[in-house]
Amino acid sequence: MKSAFKELMFPLIAVVAAFLVGGIIVWMVGDSPLLVYELFFTSAFGTLDGIGYTLFYATPLIFTGLAVAVAFKCGLLNIGAEGQLIVAAFATAWVGLVLPTWPAAVVLVLAMVAAVVMGGVWSGIPGVLKAKFGAHEVITTIMMNFIAVGLVSYLTQYHYRKVGDPILETFPIAERVDGVLVGPHIPRMSVMLGWIGISFPDRLPLNLAFILALIACVVVYVFLWKTKWGYELRAVGENPSAAEYGGISISRNIVMAMFISGMLAGMVGINDVLGYRYRYYHDFSASYGFTGIAVALLGRNHPGGVLIAAILFGALIRSGLFIDIFTDHVSKDWVVILQAIIILFVACEAVFRGRWKRA
Amino acid sequence: MGEPKFAVEMRGVSKRFGEVLANDNISLAIPDQSIHAIIGENGAGKSTCMNILYGFYTADEGEMLIDGQPRQISSPGDAIKLGLGMVHQHFMLVEPLTVTENIILGGEPTSGVSIDYAQARARVRELSEQYGLKIDPDATVGGLSVGQQQRVEILKTLYRGARILILDEPTAVLTPQEVGEMFAILRGLREQGKTIIIITHKLAEVLALSDNITVMRDGKVVGNLPTKGATAEGLAKLMVGREVLLRVEKNEARPGEPVLTVRGLTLRGVEGNTVLSDVSFEVRGGETLGIAGVEGNGQTELIEILAGLREPTSGEVLLKGRSIAGLNPRRRKLRGIAHIPEDRHRRGLLLSFDLAGNSILGVHRESPISGRLLLNGSVIVERAERLVNQYDVRPPNVALPARALSGGNQQKLIVAREFDIKPKLILVAQPTRGVDIGATEFIHRSLIELRDAGAAVLLVSAELDEVLSLSDRVIVLYEGRVVGEVDPKSVSEEEIGCLMTGVQPGEAELGSRRAEGQGRSGAGEHRNEV
Repeated sequence: MKSAFKELMFPLIAVVAAFLVGGIIVWMVGDSPLLVYELFFTSAFGTLDGIGYTLFYATPLIFTGLAVAVAFKCGLLNIGAEGQLIVAAFATAWVGLVLPTWPAAVVLVLAMVAAVVMGGVWSGIPGVLKAKFGAHEVITTIMMNFIAVGLVSYLTQYHYRKVGDPILETFPIAERVDGVLVGPHIPRMSVMLGWIGISFPDRLPLNLAFILALIACVVVYVFLWKTKWGYELRAVGENPSAAEYGGISISRNIVMAMFISGMLAGMVGINDVLGYRYRYYHDFSASYGFTGIAVALLGRNHPGGVLIAAILFGALIRSGLFIDIFTDHVSKDWVVILQAIIILFVACEAVFRGRWKRA
Repeated sequence: MGEPKFAVEMRGVSKRFGEVLANDNISLAIPDQSIHAIIGENGAGKSTCMNILYGFYTADEGEMLIDGQPRQISSPGDAIKLGLGMVHQHFMLVEPLTVTENIILGGEPTSGVSIDYAQARARVRELSEQYGLKIDPDATVGGLSVGQQQRVEILKTLYRGARILILDEPTAVLTPQEVGEMFAILRGLREQGKTIIIITHKLAEVLALSDNITVMRDGKVVGNLPTKGATAEGLAKLMVGREVLLRVEKNEARPGEPVLTVRGLTLRGVEGNTVLSDVSFEVRGGETLGIAGVEGNGQTELIEILAGLREPTSGEVLLKGRSIAGLNPRRRKLRGIAHIPEDRHRRGLLLSFDLAGNSILGVHRESPISGRLLLNGSVIVERAERLVNQYDVRPPNVALPARALSGGNQQKLIVAREFDIKPKLILVAQPTRGVDIGATEFIHRSLIELRDAGAAVLLVSAELDEVLSLSDRVIVLYEGRVVGEVDPKSVSEEEIGCLMTGVQPGEAELGSRRAEGQGRSGAGEHRNEV
């Protein structure tokens, strides 16, 4: 218990310190830090709308945070979550577009599988390159990001876009007909809670994907800490020589870890394409892949921590708009600055840990 | 009459790390121009004490005097200015750079803006001649032998004007011949006015080399005595606090059927060099075969091949008549081969995992440790607790991370894990390196018990005493070839030394000269082994 508390301490200090520094910045531009803090809490957590949006924005970050965390547990740095979620999202939409006549439920399942498989493959390729040739995954995953954007943009622009549409997006895979959504899609929270008699505003985009994200957290935890495959993966990340001594295949675990990581990143596609926009929409990702790295770092590569960190970042995204509107001088970039300061403090933590031990 | 001058004095020094009192009221006095040994088990506090002297840590209480003057030493920079120099057990050298570049690192002589290499080289050459530390200033450090690298480390301290040298486990990495050379160097330095402090656990060397001894136990100084008149048994008793069985007592071996058969094992390295050449031997159940040899003659690779961590170029390995070629370590373990690796941190442990997690390494896929999908947490913990109690691993808390344990306890954990499979064959490499006397005693006894129960034991150790006292038969490996088999009970030091260094027995030069004064008398007796 004591060590769990110690583990939580540093991320907590980083966040509190970042907020303090953020408050100083607010004060320097002439607004009240207390007002900004208040806006943060009330807009993100104070209303049902707030909570709804916060969790909606947090959903993709939970996926990418888990993705980076799993890879990291195997000693790998997956910088390619962005590219993985882009190809996954496109694949999801593509399934819906090429099978318009099939039953929506079947297409839905296939689309979800496509998201997960595409994401896994996109990450698995760098995994194989590392296992077989020792190619550093940081370089290969970043390169795959560029390929992903280029490939998907091309396909969208020249093959799957409505003629005359000024926005770079594909045809929709599901549309409202007489107020009812027709086509493969995952239900919104309003619909799901409606099944059990709870009323929830339909305007909130929070959907099934959030539940999937929570399930993913549990599954990742159980996999990593309660199964022999997770044990092997973590052993490879901790000490490949000792893992080899224990009869564990290093190359197989590298590929597996990258694949699983990509699968998790790919699930972002489910949230956006099947749960929100019902099409592939260029630039739909607000840097989820890269923010996922920050989330994993803050969450210390543990599913529980990732969940909390993702919600925090989701809250920052949500409150950014409100802070922008309801203050005179602070813009929504403030939340981006805050994110950056949090990351800086978390990164510095290693230094402080060393000092603590020596004192 | 003048008082004897003390180069270093520590009075009432204490240091606490959280709950642990690492140094408890330490008082010692090191006479000028002497060789002083500080001995103690792992965790006794000797490294902490010297790290305080060298400024890595600051003491909570007490004072230190250098050359009779009380001094504040809050950083290694302060220590260096006062004439202290430290050579660590794990060298701090930059391998791609040359000897000169390493020595001047951080204190480069300049002429204008650029480094004056000519001056640096000259100074290095001057120092190396003055102190008998023969080294080529332009050699690349990465290409030097371990003994030569150590000389560079010593030169580094001398370059900065050190008069008091602190050496942490200086002979841990040296071959027997290099140990003799190191002793000559240290005596030479003493003649030239230096004061030498060595932290070590090797009692025989302490008795041969030092003038005075400080014994530490559990953070306290339990003895300050002159070396003259001290005995290994007496020192061991001070270190451990009880009578220590320094002799390995074992019955005659009763070997049965062959368990391990190695035929024509050959290994060629990536550059085409021969690492192992036509190695053949047999180990029977109920006997211990020792492999003697200077490190680097193929022993490491031989054990790795037998453990399944490396493929041989050619040759056969049979376990009870069946070939085990192509089997990975896990499958070999299932066949009954246990392996205690020579580098426990690199090969044997997952340091940030807890003891329970480490106790299943290698058997983590087997039932009942793992079910079809999930690991059986309670089975794992119960088994880990049983092992920890059976093999006296301290502290017996299976939730602690492995890195929290001392070297000896880590080794006992590995022994526990490997022996638990009731192996038919045990591959043991350097079992007591960096391990304290108590744990060494335990591990030796465990190996003998297992051998008496019918297992075949293959032992590789750089500690000749250990090999000779634990083994029933000994073969010598030199440049990848088996150059001879000897009877550990009757072989002479000269004979085995010659085999180990490739010299034919009977030729003039004594190949393996170990520390002066060190001897081995009688069957089954061995010294120190901490």
